[in-house]
Amino acid sequence: MSKQFQFKLVLLGESAVGKSSLVLRFVKDQFDDYRESTIGAAFLTQTVTLEDQTTVKFEIWDTAGQERYKSLAPMYYRNANCAVVVYDITQATSLDKAKTWIRELQRQADPSIVIALCGNKLDLSARRQVTEEEASKYADEQGLLWSETSAKTGEGVNAIFNAIAKKLPLTAPPSARGARGAAPGTARQGVDLNRQPAQGSEACNC
Amino acid sequence: MDEEYDVIVLGTGLTECILSGLLSVEGKKVLHMDRNDYYGGESASLNLTQLYRKFRPDQSPPTELGRDRDYAVDLIPKFIIASGELVKILVHTDVLRYLEFKQIAGSFVYTNAKISKVPSTEGEAVSSPLMGLFEKYRAKKFFVFLQGWKEDDPATHKGLNLDKLTMRQVYQHFGLELGTQDFIGHALALYLDDDYLNKPARETYERIVLYTTSMARWGKSPYIYPLYGLGELPQSFARLSAIYGGTYMLDKQVDEIVLNDDGTFAGVRSGDETVCAKMVIGDPSYFGAGKEADGGRLRVVEDGKVVRAICILKHPIPGTDGSDSVQIIIPQNQVNRRNDIYIAMVSSTHKVCADNIYVAIVSTIVETSVPEKEIQPGLQLLGPIHEKFVTVSPIYTPVSDGTQDKIYITRSYDATSHFETVVEDVQDVFKRVMGKDLELKKREADFDQ
Repeated sequence: MSKQFQFKLVLLGESAVGKSSLVLRFVKDQFDDYRESTIGAAFLTQTVTLEDQTTVKFEIWDTAGQERYKSLAPMYYRNANCAVVVYDITQATSLDKAKTWIRELQRQADPSIVIALCGNKLDLSARRQVTEEEASKYADEQGLLWSETSAKTGEGVNAIFNAIAKKLPLTAPPSARGARGAAPGTARQGVDLNRQPAQGSEACNC
Repeated sequence: MDEEYDVIVLGTGLTECILSGLLSVEGKKVLHMDRNDYYGGESASLNLTQLYRKFRPDQSPPTELGRDRDYAVDLIPKFIIASGELVKILVHTDVLRYLEFKQIAGSFVYTNAKISKVPSTEGEAVSSPLMGLFEKYRAKKFFVFLQGWKEDDPATHKGLNLDKLTMRQVYQHFGLELGTQDFIGHALALYLDDDYLNKPARETYERIVLYTTSMARWGKSPYIYPLYGLGELPQSFARLSAIYGGTYMLDKQVDEIVLNDDGTFAGVRSGDETVCAKMVIGDPSYFGAGKEADGGRLRVVEDGKVVRAICILKHPIPGTDGSDSVQIIIPQNQVNRRNDIYIAMVSSTHKVCADNIYVAIVSTIVETSVPEKEIQPGLQLLGPIHEKFVTVSPIYTPVSDGTQDKIYITRSYDATSHFETVVEDVQDVFKRVMGKDLELKKREADFDQ
């Protein structure tokens, strides 16, 4: 029987670099030029199957727009097993913002987090402001995965998620629902509030 | 900021964040602002840098306390009572999917100059030193009566009318000693003072049921606690709001509440920008709390003060069997006060501090002009205190209900040990804002499988 692992993946990056579009392409293989922020979607999931038939299920958290005014809650990325930090290759400042997020992750997130730096909007490479050399050199220095993608054409999108899946530590036992708080792939340790309270139990203290 | 919103919410404390989550789910267009660059307002959990910036601005955190990122120190000491209303809101909004909870390991009560565990099983109750043998027998009769109570079955009422009799009369009916009354009223019903004795027994009955059903739910203690600190709660509800279209702005100065000519709310000014909305909801600090009434408008009044001492320890609290987390209640009668002293302690098990560090908060309602002295009986139970940060916080309440001027002000966090009064405030504001009761609907499944 093949093994399944579940990981929390967070998206980070400046507004309008294509974070949600990247996920939409990865999860549903769709693209929409005038996409508004999704309302009501807490997170999406997608499964990647590796060559040895191990499946890696990503629980993908979108920023829900909270990054727009520097208001993303630390709770959002604290328990992430992996992060895709996105910049727009046609906007040099978006790489600076991506670097800020990477520093934040290195400071606050779990030290074992797998980070991928992703230069999106490859279909607009005629207007490129960030060279491949500059971004890949930075990624090498920081020990990050790096690649360029186009959510619009789909180029490179699956590849980056596959690369993350391969780099994650697939040593822990398969996961129960929710990757939060647990070491990669382990079941939730705490109390499960969805569990029904014990009926008719002895409620008396004395 | 040039859009118009249905609601502007000021301050990202838990009360405000639950409201903005619920209102966003209801379809309201919410703008949520906070002057701080972190979530949580008065109910935040701070890392070491933030903690020292707040309490010791001229000092950087000592390196021996460990890494900044390992800390989430609560400013308000509260636990979540397992069968309470906050848990219902967490379940119904599905916000709990962002959180992970652990139990609080034990609940203790200080009587006769020592601390004893509040029994969590029948076995513990039998061997508990809290009562003598005959008193245990009487207390058992009292609890069997409470457990057997069925509203629509008069036979279970044993001739006692909980709406007519005071709690003192009910205690007398069962012949319970004063020490036992203290235990029941303060350690189980969680009253902060003795005013309840002269009120109808109904509320005390309900509070004991809340405590005992919460205790029965997970064992050990009636409380649960979110990993990474209480500050995770407002952040989670903020995410709920954002997912339903809420806009968040931290680190945003709020300079003026702008009014229409008729005195009703028009908008909020920050610098030279003004953003308009139909109404505003906010914590008291955005409405003149602690300042002279500005322009003749007094919007909040002080209703007592709470003193809280955040203590960093390098050991578990003595006498608690090395518990990684506890509540200790010091009933007022035991230390000749009017109000109880509470100790709430959590540790690295709850991912709020480095390994081998314990964070205890001692708190009480201020009765004198030297509040720090009042918490001394609590501080003494802690053993050596490595570091201590003391605050004295006024409790503010709004002077009007907001329905006239569309300015809805929430209450400060009180001295109670759990969040039930916070939820009451949420329900109350929600009703005034929406004109209907808060009904908890299960959020639609949006987990795309």
